[in-house]
Amino acid sequence: MFGYVVRRLLAAIPIALGVSMVCFALVYLAPGDPVQTLLPPDADAETVERLKRLYGLDRPLPIQYLEWLWRVMQGDFGKSIATGRPVLDEILRSLGNTVLLATLSVLIAFSVAFILGTIAGRRTGTWLDRIVTGIAVLGVSIPNYWLGIVLVIIFSVELMVLPASGMAGDTFDPTSWEHIQHVVLPVFTLSMIPVGIIARTTRSAVAEVMNQEFVVTLRANGLPEWRVLRHALKNALPPVLAVMGLQFGTLMGGSILVETVFSWPGSGFMLSKAILNRDVPVLQGTILVLAMIFVTVNLTVDLFQSSLDPRIRRG
Amino acid sequence: MSTTIPGAATAEGSLPTQRGYWGTVGYRLRYDPVTLFFAALLLLIILSAIFAPLLAPFDPYQESIIRRLKPPGFRGHMLGTDELGRDVLSRLLHGGRITLLMGMVPVLVATLIGGGLGLVAGFAGGVVNAVIMRVMDVFYAFPSVLLAVAISGAMGGGVGNGMIALTLVFIPPLCRVAETATTQVRNLDFVDAARATGAPLRLVLWHHVLGNVLGPVLIYASSLTSVSVILASGLSFLGLGVKPPEPDWGLMLNALRQAIYVSPLVCAMPGIAILLTSISMNMLSDGLRSAMDVRS
Repeated sequence: MFGYVVRRLLAAIPIALGVSMVCFALVYLAPGDPVQTLLPPDADAETVERLKRLYGLDRPLPIQYLEWLWRVMQGDFGKSIATGRPVLDEILRSLGNTVLLATLSVLIAFSVAFILGTIAGRRTGTWLDRIVTGIAVLGVSIPNYWLGIVLVIIFSVELMVLPASGMAGDTFDPTSWEHIQHVVLPVFTLSMIPVGIIARTTRSAVAEVMNQEFVVTLRANGLPEWRVLRHALKNALPPVLAVMGLQFGTLMGGSILVETVFSWPGSGFMLSKAILNRDVPVLQGTILVLAMIFVTVNLTVDLFQSSLDPRIRRG
Repeated sequence: MSTTIPGAATAEGSLPTQRGYWGTVGYRLRYDPVTLFFAALLLLIILSAIFAPLLAPFDPYQESIIRRLKPPGFRGHMLGTDELGRDVLSRLLHGGRITLLMGMVPVLVATLIGGGLGLVAGFAGGVVNAVIMRVMDVFYAFPSVLLAVAISGAMGGGVGNGMIALTLVFIPPLCRVAETATTQVRNLDFVDAARATGAPLRLVLWHHVLGNVLGPVLIYASSLTSVSVILASGLSFLGLGVKPPEPDWGLMLNALRQAIYVSPLVCAMPGIAILLTSISMNMLSDGLRSAMDVRS
């Protein structure tokens, strides 16, 4: 196992470097001179020249990349054009709020979807199974930014029971009723896709386990059905947990639309503001951090999964 | 490929008949009312987008200060009017053209590029495989929404840039599916036999490999169309895709969002269009998957 962990960690290094190269290249995808994107549009020629030398933009690309990488590894992501504050500070301030949304959404999605998927997987082909499969398809088909708007219309505009946007404070306080109210709609909206995906995975995992010989043996031994199910679910759990972990990573990087709908002060909302302001340093830094989190989560899930079941180790 | 799959025809209790693979697929689809229903719905959506200029009751660009945000049914505006007094139904019909185009073209292009790269990687193996697949791993390391937003955001938005971004998002997963399928087929006896008889590489790839790789790749690509439409509308929703005053479902949703307190029902319309499209695409893809007997 130890050797495997080391191998997987080493294999993640080139991927992380590749990700950093893509993020570095983002600045060069922008139309026009990269310096222009680092400066407000009304900057004069002298400032442009000074900044070019300051950032070493007159040097060859590979050198620029290495220098940029060196700065990034020391936590220097540059400064936001919009606010003038260091990009890293901005990211750290908003990241926690996105972690909160993603964690709650995945936990809720898992609890709902695992039950739904188990119901469906135990009796495939029944009308219950069809309903669950329908819910799963709906979950992945709904554009969640639209669902968010619809929920706001229902619960904020018509019923006036929940706030439409924002967070009520800078940091989340689980003892405050107001804070909890603000979390409800974004979390529900964000959990739709994971519900669909986890329910689907659970359904096929449970259906597969229920067909295995040990289940037949347990039943033949006269074990009550709920205890048979307990044994079966234990075996169906690992792939479902893996999918749940991957969904957490996806939500961390994919909450941009939902956060924008709810003006939730997370990294996704910051990213969408950065795009509107053409704030390239924030764009670059946020994407790099979110992608690195995604890589780390995926790696963790892989290691966790292969420690549970050595058969699925990758080469 | 021409063997009848056992069990396909026994559903009606008769002996398996000689139908061929595609015959069996068609046979199964004919007895799948759910898939047929959603296929018809999708066809309807696509046709109404194509014939939008003929179907739309109003000019989608015609603004009117006195007719802003009117409810559905107001003076012939079946689905009401938007924040600039334009007819929502006409804009939805016209908007479908660019939304569907922006959603489907990237999947198509990515299928060609990603599928081709996967085929090459899987068949060549060795260094070629390693180079292609490691590059794909890097793009795989981004959540799809993030990568689409990052690329189109950095490139400054617009329909073209959005489509490039979405294409880049879909190439790696399609490449992976094609590579896996190709690697599985490559080592089978009938491929070795074909090569041993001196068949040129081109023919082996075309006849023996592609036929077995195409199924999984096409099914996977069809499942991506719904993601693609949602993402394309999402980019426009963020202001990264279609630019106003062009009608587009995502853009309409974003513009109408400001009006949820005045005209909530009309605000929900563009999203319903996206939802109906993506649900039809998902159901059709699922139906094709089971009809073509491709394991996910």
